Amino acid sequence: MKHILRSEWTKIRSVRSTVWTLTVTAALMLGFSALLNASARNTSGGPIPGDQTIMLSLTGTLLASLSMATLGVLVISSEYRTGAIRTSLMAVPKRMSLLTGKIVTFVAISLAVCTVAAAGAIGVGAAISQPPSFELGEAARSALGSGLYLTACGLFGLGLGTLVRHTPGAIVSAIALILVLPTIANQLPGEWGRTVAEHFTTNAGLLIVSGQANGSLGPWSGFAVYLAWVALAITAGAALMRHRDA
Amino acid sequence: MTAIRARRLSKRYGGTTAVADLSFDVEPGRVTGFLGPNGAGKSTTMRMILGLDRPSGGSVLVDGRPYHELRHPLRKVGALLDAKAVHGGRSARNHLLAIAHSNGIPASRVNEVLETVGLREVAGRRIGGFSLGMSQRLGIAAALLGDPEILLFDEPVNGLDPDGILWIRTFMRELAAEGRTVFVSSHLMSEMAQTADHLIVIGRGSLIADTSVTEFIGRSSQGYVRVRSPRLAEVADLIKVGEPHPGHLRVTGMSTLEIGTITARAGIPLEELTYVRPSLEAAYMELTKDSLEYTS
Repeated sequence: MKHILRSEWTKIRSVRSTVWTLTVTAALMLGFSALLNASARNTSGGPIPGDQTIMLSLTGTLLASLSMATLGVLVISSEYRTGAIRTSLMAVPKRMSLLTGKIVTFVAISLAVCTVAAAGAIGVGAAISQPPSFELGEAARSALGSGLYLTACGLFGLGLGTLVRHTPGAIVSAIALILVLPTIANQLPGEWGRTVAEHFTTNAGLLIVSGQANGSLGPWSGFAVYLAWVALAITAGAALMRHRDA
Repeated sequence: MTAIRARRLSKRYGGTTAVADLSFDVEPGRVTGFLGPNGAGKSTTMRMILGLDRPSGGSVLVDGRPYHELRHPLRKVGALLDAKAVHGGRSARNHLLAIAHSNGIPASRVNEVLETVGLREVAGRRIGGFSLGMSQRLGIAAALLGDPEILLFDEPVNGLDPDGILWIRTFMRELAAEGRTVFVSSHLMSEMAQTADHLIVIGRGSLIADTSVTEFIGRSSQGYVRVRSPRLAEVADLIKVGEPHPGHLRVTGMSTLEIGTITARAGIPLEELTYVRPSLEAAYMELTKDSLEYTS
């Protein structure tokens, strides 16, 4: 596995799309934080409480989830698009080892970059809105939560990319599952509808960023539910990858 | 040890049979040509050898094992399938480095193979901008990374200029001379005539011939003698077995000496008296004429 990880690291660091998607992610996180905190400070007149600053600072997470999902999709779909997947599978014929190598490499890079970007966003936000009191523990938890959430979104993309093998198709599915369908799910009527909506992909996953609970789930249980969705996509993709001709 | 051993190998896609019941051995120390018209199942067979496609039936072993059981496959087998199937955004060096790492091949080897194929100067350039010839060399560099005993090339001269073709041809001969196994597919008979020692010929997914190049020619077609003369009609009358062609006569079953003696006795001057060796191309056409997937 050590060899495979070195190989995957070399692949992911040596294409522009990685640099671009990570740059966009960091820019969205920092940009939204600066924008929203500045506007909140201008309109409120008074000081903004610390927990509200943190919340405003991490708003960029909502859109950054798409740039990370795109990177996740590209990790695998770019190989299918170009045919380079055959070279990869000739080098590593054990397909599950290859997929695992891609997942581990992606998680390591994504967690590091996204957590740092989230921490940076909170720092920028706090510098602008100057909250009277600021809980560092809460800030650290939120930054980590945002890093975990964005990484999970990336893995969702990676799973969908493995499943669909087609870049635009996988990205559209990722946008639907991360951004569009959760909003639509919220419109479901009745008690049953509400429970479905609360468990639906990012409706559950985002709780770890906000640190709050919805009716049925807390931050960590919500994240666990989101990870189950991600695992479903990856397992389905892996099953097809095992059996399909490359 | 037999390098590649296929036994009753089959591949079906839905209702279409790409490869049917194919058995052959590829031995080390020579260039084995894998020949067949387009659509005969050559690429499918190569992908099955490399574990990329799953056979519908039968098996193929590389060095006695299924490909996916090789621990560091690239140190045993190097293959060039499609030279353009690379991520164009990567530099040549990074492309090779990623492949090398996956099989624990030292990074220094990347520079060696770049040198071997003559791409040292452009190692830092994005491979998306490479010409087909350069891509082909890069693909060969990748195949050589693990210093493998067994090499597979799928249509390596397709789209290359004469220089590139000569280079690849010489290179494959050298690899075989070093005792390696070279298995190279082509739909061009003329190409194989100049490169291969041994031929495995397939048509419509089935084996047509598994034989040496010389035997292949001898077995399936005869040579003839070409005769030209200002008095060709008289020559034709004398020889009787000649087959008239525009401007010349083709004679099979007689030697140049026999024909020359007859015409000399009759005092007929000759412009040309040449024995035309049977061509591999002709032998190939004859063998595969029933198995052409697409006839023009």
